[in-house]
Amino acid sequence: MNGVHDMGGMHGMGPIRHEAHEPTFHDAWEGRVYALSRVLRTRRGLWNLDAFRHGIEVLPPVEYLRMSYYERWFAWMLRTVVAAGDVTQTEIETGSPATGSQRMAVLVVPEAVSSMVDRRASARRNVAVAPRFKSGQRVRARNVHPSGHTRLPRYARGRTGAVLLDRGVFLFPDTNAHLLGEKPQHLYSVRFAARDIWGPQASQRDFIHLDMWDDYLEAV
Amino acid sequence: MPKSPDPVGRRGFLKTAATGAAGIMAGSKPALGQAGTGPAQQASPSDLTLRVKALESLLVDKGLVDRVALDRIVDAFETTIGPRNGARVVARAWVDPAYRKRLLADAATAMEELGLHRYQGEDIVALENTAKIHNLVVCTLCSCYPWPLLGLPPVWYKSAPYRSRAVIDPRGVLKEFGVDIHTDVEVRVWDSTAEIRYFVLPERPAGSEGLNEEALAALVTRDSMIGTARVTLDVAEVRA
Repeated sequence: MNGVHDMGGMHGMGPIRHEAHEPTFHDAWEGRVYALSRVLRTRRGLWNLDAFRHGIEVLPPVEYLRMSYYERWFAWMLRTVVAAGDVTQTEIETGSPATGSQRMAVLVVPEAVSSMVDRRASARRNVAVAPRFKSGQRVRARNVHPSGHTRLPRYARGRTGAVLLDRGVFLFPDTNAHLLGEKPQHLYSVRFAARDIWGPQASQRDFIHLDMWDDYLEAV
Repeated sequence: MPKSPDPVGRRGFLKTAATGAAGIMAGSKPALGQAGTGPAQQASPSDLTLRVKALESLLVDKGLVDRVALDRIVDAFETTIGPRNGARVVARAWVDPAYRKRLLADAATAMEELGLHRYQGEDIVALENTAKIHNLVVCTLCSCYPWPLLGLPPVWYKSAPYRSRAVIDPRGVLKEFGVDIHTDVEVRVWDSTAEIRYFVLPERPAGSEGLNEEALAALVTRDSMIGTARVTLDVAEVRA
């Protein structure tokens, strides 16, 4: 979706505020939100990583920009526990389980935390899919504007670059985010000259490298 | 994995606080449910503290979430998963050319040699900064970042100013970080749009020839592995 989250190239966002000796979490609630979301995302169904990202992107733009990072995560969480049917709106409002509600199975036991935080679940898929492009080939990022989740930033659409290398087969976030299947396909590192994206204001020694799925690209 | 610090004590604290939060919600109803739906107004930190505690307690009461598991996740990211891991990898690459080669060819396997847990396949990529090439990592769409190697990203990395400008004006951004890039140097910006995670292998600072691996690792900053800083010899003094 052409949302406010797709920020590459925007002006007017202000100075970068670098903080010396920044703590991992600025307040205890941020750590709790982080941990809760890691636990909730182990669920199948509504909870995959792409759906999570999309759930944040669909926040109204004014809210998205106003909220702090973990506040956005919390907003996603509140919506999603209800959408998943784990918690009712009434329970959210009262803060306690409804009388007679069934006790649920715990998602992550303490003993499982160590392996969960150490290992990243890979989005790589070990399936045979033919690549449509090869390294060195000139390609154009398609000029498409899907209203759902996509990882094709606006600034790259319609621009021409070269395939640097084929990274292998990965699940496709555009479908996975909407629980429409993984649609595994080749992912490429594509190199764009900054001038081909931003015009003559960019240095001719600048390049932008993006990871792009087969479905984002067309032959030139 | 270190033990969670005093989980029982923390649980007790949350339980008390959560009871308070539930009481507040009964009085002013939208306390927990209003996030993201109300008008644009700043939620105060204490508000968020109460609302997050209330949701956590609810999920614990429903059985879905174990509070000790949450404690352990927070603790892992506050104490063990952070840029010191990445610094060890960088220092080893500086002292051992064969390791450097392996790291650039297959970072996941090279990390595992140091006991750092494996990213599967080629999901992590090391980018080498040289006198001719400067790499800079960003995620314009959200906040993708190599967690096991660098921990959780700093606020500026996730913020609109960095995400918007790193791709359109990388040299200006670097200058703001105090890094001047000569016009002859190629700048490569890596926008983390997929599940590949990038980190930068910075240049070893001149004058560090006499330092051992451990001393070198102490020089390596988080920002240098994002590409927004160079490694310098005086970091250790600044830190001390």
